[in-house]
Amino acid sequence: MKFKKILPQFLTLLFIVLIFGFFTMNAQDNMDTRGIEFGFGFLKQEASFDIQFSLIDYDGSRSYARAYLVGLLNTLLVSIIGIILSTMLGVVIGVARLSPNYLINKTASFYVEFFRNVPLLLQIFFWYFAALRALPMPEDAPLIFGSSYMTIKGLYTIAPVWNNFDIFFVALIIALVVIYFFNKFAKKKQEEEGKQYPKFLISLGIFIILPALTFIVGGVDLSWSFPELKQLAKTSFTYEGGLGIPPELIALTLALTLYTATFIAENVRAGIQGIGKGQKEAAASIGLTPSQVLKLVIMPQALRIIIPPTTNQYLNLTKNSSLAAAIAYPDLVLVFAGTAMMQTGRAIEIVGITMATYLTISLSISAFMNWYNKRIAIQEK
Amino acid sequence: MNNVNFLKPNRKNLNLYLVIGGLFFTLGIVDFCLNNFYEKNITGFLPGFISFFTPLIFGLIGLHLIRIEFSGIKILDELNKNINTNNFNAALSVSIIILIIFGVAPLLNWFILDANFIGDSKEACTGGGACWVYIKVWFNRFIYGMYPNTEQWRVNATFIIVLGFMGLGYFFPLKYKKYLTFYYVIFLPIISFLLIYYLISGGEFGLEWVETGAWGGLSLTFIVSFFSLIFCFPIGMMLALGRRSDLAVVKYSSLSFIEFWRGVPLITVLFMSAVMFPMFLPDGTYVDKLIRVIIAITLFEAAYTAEVIRGGLQALPRGQYDAAKSLGMGYWKLHLLVILPQALKLVIPGIANTFLALVKDTPLIFVVGLLELVGMLNLAKTNPKWLGFSMEGYVFAGIIFWIICYSMSKYSQKLELKFKTDR
Repeated sequence: MKFKKILPQFLTLLFIVLIFGFFTMNAQDNMDTRGIEFGFGFLKQEASFDIQFSLIDYDGSRSYARAYLVGLLNTLLVSIIGIILSTMLGVVIGVARLSPNYLINKTASFYVEFFRNVPLLLQIFFWYFAALRALPMPEDAPLIFGSSYMTIKGLYTIAPVWNNFDIFFVALIIALVVIYFFNKFAKKKQEEEGKQYPKFLISLGIFIILPALTFIVGGVDLSWSFPELKQLAKTSFTYEGGLGIPPELIALTLALTLYTATFIAENVRAGIQGIGKGQKEAAASIGLTPSQVLKLVIMPQALRIIIPPTTNQYLNLTKNSSLAAAIAYPDLVLVFAGTAMMQTGRAIEIVGITMATYLTISLSISAFMNWYNKRIAIQEK
Repeated sequence: MNNVNFLKPNRKNLNLYLVIGGLFFTLGIVDFCLNNFYEKNITGFLPGFISFFTPLIFGLIGLHLIRIEFSGIKILDELNKNINTNNFNAALSVSIIILIIFGVAPLLNWFILDANFIGDSKEACTGGGACWVYIKVWFNRFIYGMYPNTEQWRVNATFIIVLGFMGLGYFFPLKYKKYLTFYYVIFLPIISFLLIYYLISGGEFGLEWVETGAWGGLSLTFIVSFFSLIFCFPIGMMLALGRRSDLAVVKYSSLSFIEFWRGVPLITVLFMSAVMFPMFLPDGTYVDKLIRVIIAITLFEAAYTAEVIRGGLQALPRGQYDAAKSLGMGYWKLHLLVILPQALKLVIPGIANTFLALVKDTPLIFVVGLLELVGMLNLAKTNPKWLGFSMEGYVFAGIIFWIICYSMSKYSQKLELKFKTDR
């Protein structure tokens, strides 16, 4: 009996060891013949290539490690924007699919059925190479909302110019901390004495008033910088000042948002539909108001169904953002697994680091999800 | 004629309300169309802001006037129930109708009315609409890639034969039904591989050899997704069983395999197959690009398939295991005869969804330089004779992929419903 348990395990182990051994040996051989030495020392070398869009200071004289950071931040940027926008759109569409209004219902399901069944890469190409290329040149672009220009070279819009931003930022964090403790306090009070505070209003008040105070006492100052047309050459124009968002980022965000929102919408719909009518009726019969029914009974249960698959979609979105490489948005894959690898030729290290990065993001989010699922799981007796 | 209350329409003056409401609604739509397509603003005398919203306001008034409960007219009651229950709903409905007109009319123009269908060069495209001539000229390239024109019958023949073999399983007599899995999992892949090897690749029996670099277009999409699906299924099954195993080594190696492939984006996996994989093989061995890609996608999708199958395994009640064990069945007998047949039936919709994702992922193989449909579009787009038709190309590919994926997802939903009622 014991033998029966050990043999398969031993065989599996042997198989894994053999495969890894075979690969490592070959890799060693190949690198020896090519005169490459395995190691991560190259990260400190000068990168000597430019990245056209970066959130932090970067130029060709910086190291490969810095280039990696630029790529990672760009990936995170597009993922976070995508997650926020697709959640908003997804919730709206998901609720719209449950609408009794025939037109709204059908429009929403048309949207879902259309965008989820077309490959994401094709959508990205469509927005980047076809739709955004139809925009006007910088010099012909009309002014939108008195502040922005939509051009073939990207979106130029106003940028905030802060004075003493750090004070404002600290005030914001303090406000969040205060709100957290206030809510804890309010909950305790309610449990002990049954006294209810208007939690939401007070929280909102703190969130607005505290940072706003810094404008008066902290010397914080906010002004806007507007984009202005500037002539580079006879027929070449660009905008200076303000905030310039490259078309790659716009196309990528649009495609990721429209694609992922369809899946989130389906999750939201399934979540709300998954709550039985009895729950609503029971809650109403014990005298809760409709808004209380929604807030205290329906939403906590619906969220339990909605959140796990939706986090999965967030993960997918983050992984899908690697398609950026196809339209030359400088994300992790393009900067690091593309340009940096071409220059250094260190395939194993670079692909390894890139995969490890994505793996870390995925595993940490799914670890968080497991923890969260355990926390919100219904405690059945 | 007395008692006409426009704030609260009722049955009494039904026809009056209907006429006035209908007129208002039409006025709103006409106003909108004039504004947008003829650049005439009939409400220009109003301040700009109000004049912008007049179509909505007129439409809303119109819908308000025809909102008559129990009017006795069937169509009207249905209409009110579905799109016109209250003012808020009516506003939404009018906005949607306006949006649809706003979107559909230019699209229709671009797609059909202003489009060019006839001709065989760029010069034939004179209208402002789509240039379908471009698709017509490049059609063979989009479907077969760089495969030589005279040899394309070989691709067609292969697909027809494989489809025939696939369909054959449907007509299996009941007596041989138990061999069906064997047929699909072992026999069909071998047959298709041989067909592709000898017929599409060629090089023997007097057929001209066509290297895999020349394969492409939609047929390559099918080849890659077909083989990846066939191979990822058994691997995924083994992984799913491994993950639920009691043996620690088997369990955790399956677990880490699955989590690894699920945690990385496909594009990095393809990068790996392109640049890292050759480093792992003995010097001088060359594995064809297409095979490397299929291996990469197979391993990637196998991890997802494993999770889907695990879901099916978990959904089976414990009693099934206990009952089979009490009959004295060992591990393999128990799984092959009792558990898997039930679990796999449960996960067919999930597998279909995985396959759907796989088909949508195939365009990514452009990373290693293989050009399926989307890759061919990008190539055609840069042809100096045909610059400026990227929109037509993407729309064409979008429609094709949409038809494939939509029909598959509808089919999987149908299966889901069918299996739901069974249990």
